Amino acid sequence: MQRSRLLSPICEYTELLNRAFSYQPQAIVELIKDSGLRGRGGAGFPTGLKWDFTAKAEGKKKYVICNADEGEPGTFKDRVLLLESTDKLIQGMTIAGYAVGSNYGIIYLRAEYKWMLNDLMNKTDEMKNRGYLGKNILGKDFDFDIEFRLNAGAYVCGEETALIESLEGKRGEARNKPPYPAQEGYLGYPTVINNVETFCNVPYIICHGAEEFKKFGTDKSCGTKLFSISGDCEAPGVYELDLGSKVQDMLDLVGSRNTKAVQIGGAGGATASEKDFDKPICYEGYPPGGSIMIFNKSRNMVHVLRNFMEFFEEESCGQCTPCREGTKRLTDAVIRIDRGEKLNDEEMKTLLELAEVMKITSKCGLGQTAANPFVYIYENFREDF
Amino acid sequence: MKTFEIDRDVMEIAGRYQKAKEYLLPILQELVGKKGYLTEKIIRDVAKEMNISPNEVYGVATFYSFIKTKPTGKYVIRICQTIGCDLAGKDELIKALEKELRVKCSGTTDDMMFTLEKTNCIGMCDQGPAMLINDEVYARMDSKKAVELVKEYKAKENS
Repeated sequence: MQRSRLLSPICEYTELLNRAFSYQPQAIVELIKDSGLRGRGGAGFPTGLKWDFTAKAEGKKKYVICNADEGEPGTFKDRVLLLESTDKLIQGMTIAGYAVGSNYGIIYLRAEYKWMLNDLMNKTDEMKNRGYLGKNILGKDFDFDIEFRLNAGAYVCGEETALIESLEGKRGEARNKPPYPAQEGYLGYPTVINNVETFCNVPYIICHGAEEFKKFGTDKSCGTKLFSISGDCEAPGVYELDLGSKVQDMLDLVGSRNTKAVQIGGAGGATASEKDFDKPICYEGYPPGGSIMIFNKSRNMVHVLRNFMEFFEEESCGQCTPCREGTKRLTDAVIRIDRGEKLNDEEMKTLLELAEVMKITSKCGLGQTAANPFVYIYENFREDF
Repeated sequence: MKTFEIDRDVMEIAGRYQKAKEYLLPILQELVGKKGYLTEKIIRDVAKEMNISPNEVYGVATFYSFIKTKPTGKYVIRICQTIGCDLAGKDELIKALEKELRVKCSGTTDDMMFTLEKTNCIGMCDQGPAMLINDEVYARMDSKKAVELVKEYKAKENS
């Protein structure tokens, strides 16, 4: 069922901020916790908890960072939010700042979206002129300002600690956790870091309350979610649907016929075949990162897999061995298969073991998920091998 | 090195960011915007100006694919190679542009006007094949449109 919470205006700016300011900061943290909102970037960590940790952490300064570095193949939902719901994003970040006690916001935008930077900065300036950002927002004893920073073409910087490294002027290599950004984030200060869509959900929760927010979705996956749907279908685009929607519902919605495979949650997500189309997409089902790529029966899944593996090999930052070497070995094998070579069972067994090692021992999400398409596509589309 | 003078742009840009280490990436981005790519001299100058090691500046610069350390054309054409654009026909796009520009993919034209390369997902999967020319995005491309577009850029340069 299509919804329009995130992609339509909800309430007036002044009214929204005044309503937020009528709560004590800790009460907002509790409200977000109650709403069950979970990170919309893909990992699904409870947003209220993140805010709670940051609010309670000691620090001379705190930061609120928006991860606008969506680079997962097949994901473009944040592009639409950044362009059409800039006000919701700024509201969400401001309210996060108020809740955790931060006066500094940073939007980390991917270089591939630099074409929208001027627009975003103009809109932010307009908010500042209207008193919604800057010093003493709406006369309240609370300052909050937003700065824009750009990535420079490194996918791994979408990982939150790699993003922070990049913001600090370093190579975007993921950090060991703990400490988590909530304790020691940007420049060592407590930091909330959330995806664009996560922040964009906040105004709705403030306006309508946690119960109303939970009306859609499932017990563990509350609310609606934006899905970027692309590939072999009549109407690709961004759709807002309840979490827990089934794969088949989405295929019907966008007019997909003769569907062979659906890649869910990006290149590192899961690959569904026809037998799986009645399964739900939510935190307890298929990964709800937001990317849905459809392949029809004319497509060869080894070609698709090769494209994914080459992507990961190129984007692996190289600091940890399982990811650096693993993505290379898997890519080499897939290229051989794509050229028509048949690997024997022993070789396949070794590669699947390697996939498992990468999953368990890689340092960040990139290496931990890079082997997923290899395993899924081999399991579900063996005839293409 | 013959010259010990620090590049004026480096001084101006680093100064504007108070030579703060956390602004190294924006400083490099501005320098790439201004000069097209970072020479060894520029990298050493940035290091000197910000009081960090040249190795570190080089390490950061080469981590990011949009920070160029090799001679690069005035316009960088980046064609999305990820699956959506791949299935929508990125190969034809590349072939057509290779022919129009008389350069192989990952190469730069002799007049240093265009660099043609592939890039990973640019977030236009619903409108592929798509590409970037410097900071501008062009979606729903086909060979003909891409060639026309490059001709427009050429005409703009020659006028």
